[in-house]
Amino acid sequence: MDGQWLTIGSTFLVAALVAIPCAIVGCYLVLRRLSLLGDAISHAVLPGIVLVYLHWETRTGLPLLIGAVLTGVLTAVLTSWVTSISKVREEASMGIVFTGMFALGVLLLTTQASQVDLDPGCVLYGQLELAPFQVTDVYGIEMPAIVPRLVVVISIVVLFFTLAWKQIQTVAFDAAFATALGMSVPVIHYAMMGLTAMVTVASFEAVGSILVIAMLIVPPATAQLLVARFHHMLIVSALLGVLAAAGGIALGYWTNTNYAGMMAVVTGIEFTLAVLFSPRSGLVLQAFRNRRLSWRMVSEDVLALLYRREEESHATPGVEVRHITGRWQRRLVLAWLRWQGWIIQRPGQLLELTDAGRRRAASLVRAHRLWEAYLHSEMALPPDHLHESAEFMEHFLDDVLQQQVQEAVGHPKEDPHGRPIPPGNG
Amino acid sequence: MSTPAVPILEVHDLTVSYHHKPVLWNIDLQLDEPSLIAILGPNGAGKSTLLKAMLGLLPIVSGRVDFFGQPLSRVRQRVGYVPQRESVDWEFPVNVRDVVVMGTYGRLKWYQRPGKAEYALVDECLDQVGLTSLADRQIGRLSGGQQQRTFLARALAQRADLYFMDEPMAGVDAATEQAIFSLLHILRKEGKTVVVVHHDLRTVETYFDRVILVNTHLIAAGSVEESFTTTNLQKAYGGRLALLDRAGDRLQSERPIR
Amino acid sequence: MSYNTWVVLIGVSLLGAAAGVVGTFAVLRGRALTGDALAHAALPGLCMAVAITGTRDLTIMLLGAFASGLLGVAVLAFLRRYTRVAEDAAVGIVLSVFFGAGVVLASRLQQQGNAAIAGLDSYILGKTAGITLNDIYQIGGLALINLVIVLALFRDFRLICFDPAFAIVQGRSVYWLDLLLMALMAATVVIGLPAVGVVMIAALLILPSAAARWWSDRLGTIVTLAGGFGIVMGTIGTLISDHYRGMPAGPVIVLIGVLIFALSAIVGPQHGWIARQWRQRQAKGATWTANG
Repeated sequence: MDGQWLTIGSTFLVAALVAIPCAIVGCYLVLRRLSLLGDAISHAVLPGIVLVYLHWETRTGLPLLIGAVLTGVLTAVLTSWVTSISKVREEASMGIVFTGMFALGVLLLTTQASQVDLDPGCVLYGQLELAPFQVTDVYGIEMPAIVPRLVVVISIVVLFFTLAWKQIQTVAFDAAFATALGMSVPVIHYAMMGLTAMVTVASFEAVGSILVIAMLIVPPATAQLLVARFHHMLIVSALLGVLAAAGGIALGYWTNTNYAGMMAVVTGIEFTLAVLFSPRSGLVLQAFRNRRLSWRMVSEDVLALLYRREEESHATPGVEVRHITGRWQRRLVLAWLRWQGWIIQRPGQLLELTDAGRRRAASLVRAHRLWEAYLHSEMALPPDHLHESAEFMEHFLDDVLQQQVQEAVGHPKEDPHGRPIPPGNG
Repeated sequence: MSTPAVPILEVHDLTVSYHHKPVLWNIDLQLDEPSLIAILGPNGAGKSTLLKAMLGLLPIVSGRVDFFGQPLSRVRQRVGYVPQRESVDWEFPVNVRDVVVMGTYGRLKWYQRPGKAEYALVDECLDQVGLTSLADRQIGRLSGGQQQRTFLARALAQRADLYFMDEPMAGVDAATEQAIFSLLHILRKEGKTVVVVHHDLRTVETYFDRVILVNTHLIAAGSVEESFTTTNLQKAYGGRLALLDRAGDRLQSERPIR
Repeated sequence: MSYNTWVVLIGVSLLGAAAGVVGTFAVLRGRALTGDALAHAALPGLCMAVAITGTRDLTIMLLGAFASGLLGVAVLAFLRRYTRVAEDAAVGIVLSVFFGAGVVLASRLQQQGNAAIAGLDSYILGKTAGITLNDIYQIGGLALINLVIVLALFRDFRLICFDPAFAIVQGRSVYWLDLLLMALMAATVVIGLPAVGVVMIAALLILPSAAARWWSDRLGTIVTLAGGFGIVMGTIGTLISDHYRGMPAGPVIVLIGVLIFALSAIVGPQHGWIARQWRQRQAKGATWTANG
């Protein structure tokens, strides 16, 4: 039992060490709309990896990382070159460059399969499950061989981001401004491409070429939905990545399926949850706010209607509000208005405004008629064009705005239809 | 005054929003006679937005637009459109003639191919804009003025009665500008109406009959004599109505962000 | 060459032609890498089809792939319309998450000992040698249908690629045409999976028209050439990969395509290097003559 936990533990360690640098570097890619370049680079590093394996027969080490950085920069450079010399658009030339390089890599891999300790499947979806069993000795501690390499990568990434923090943030946000400030945008850009390649190569053995994209793109995209500041995004993104690593391994272990694939799926789940429930822009939240808004508008319409009736006569039969709202909604709206203390229900379906209700209704009607006056005087709209617009706007003009409209129109006493404008509060 | 005919264009209480914030408020105008009309206003004030919203390229929040008394979908063949030049991909593999022929598609069914009549029309339009010698050139290899004239020729090939043009004079040399305007005048003489989003105040009085001044709301609409006045220009170019901005902000904050 | 090889060659040719032609419009519409996303998104559907039916019937697999590919596209459209997620990030998300789901399903099937899954690797990298006669009829037939539709709607596709706003104002249904183009792309991608595999199919969509662009500025010519180059890529690639057992077809086809692209960049009569040098010489010669 102990051994099993240790295995899972070291698998998780590896996965987390992969997720963190991917999530951080990925923030830059996503913000700069370079997600697909990240995709391209992660494919394009393959021939480089295979060549290094062939030549040096080593899994770890500097040559691999350096080769990776060079390949990353090369991919970006090649793409730009192809775009500039041909009529092909950027997107398409990226596709040409990276599939070409990937094809080369796969070809090398399959033809030299005997000499290279890499399996094509591993290329695509990694061998995370095997990581705990390929151990190495570091200062007397036994750990998965991939860990030291990942630690080096994380250190480089964190170091770079800490030192070049200002530059990265400015370039990500507004490259033109960064140039104007004297920052060297190309240096930052190619450095990031190099980092992307390095991160890809280091993660490659764990999660493979295609699923590393999930770790690069999805946690940052999710983080962007949740937070509003750059450094928060980096942290949340890394946390999401680690969470996905944990969730992916747990689910993968439980269903006995591929760990890396599960990790990708979990990042997708995180993303979906954020899209739906994010406090900033989640869809479910939006739907809820929409409903609440239309609710408010309906109940305000009722109050305004009662007020206008009062202007003409006294109490109103409740059944008259039918044209504002359906029957089911009507009962709820009326109940809510009663609960708020704005109306009281008299026997025989008659409704009456309370004092508090009347004040509120007055404010609405005031907003309505002030807006009509504004449209009429400032935009010279004829009187028959005013009502619909005001009917909508009345719900959004609070006391402050009403005051401003009143000043803009010159404190009118009546609206363009000749109806009195109720005085304001205070 | 003759008996009131169907207005050529009627915009009724048009409001257009972007991300829940109104960028055009309650625009209301009417065109009754064939004329050359300039839409004027500061940058970002909604000139292009007005054009695109009228043509159904942007969603309308409220209001409606009628062309010859009908919705656009019924009278498309009578309405022509020359878009802004930036929206074009100049590397697209088409030549001048290919582009102009596109103007005839509106009158063909989806299975019909352009025939002799259509190509004859194309040649005529090319001649009218002076591009006959360049008909086979790929559009990326034309000068700015020639590119503009290509799209003008396409609009002519539409044989419409009402034309909308979005900044046709942008980045074009003076000679081309004059040439374009003489063409527009000929169109007007033939009884067509041309609505142009225009950016150069100095040439308004020379070229246009009527103006529409817009700055997120309608400032004025009328003949050049009536509406192209200092007062109106000050209102149009003197900054936005702060109140509209604030009201718009309030709307945006209440509505969920999209 | 055996009858078998002939049939495979014809099937792959049709596939290459269809991919080249459909791909031309996809690229012009800015959807080149959506095709890549489509291909990756097709994987879970492929696995599901095998899991549910337990067979390796090509039609079933392709239907499953098509369905999940379209689902991926639907998710993309949803994200574009209802959220503020950037377009390129959305493509990356759909691509990787769907592919991850596919890998999970595949590993599950493998672990369950489902024999049908044995050939799944060939869908990732492509293996023309493994295609049966029956499969070819379906592949070839679908490719033909794709070709016919695109060519019939050539004018409309060209218009929506070039100037969608103008098309809208003219009353062309840009929305439906776009959808149709996406469906054609999905179909082409899916039928390309057995031959070229998931990762390479995007190249099959992009490379032919990119190469053809060096030869001409007329869309009609480009489309035709793209079809031709697609055929060449497919056939030569298949022949080579068949000859050397153990070489997956996908990468070979792609590299042939890159070769064609590079050669076109040199010899293409419209924009190729040689042609440009020659025109420059001509221009210089003309100047000299003009100056006496």
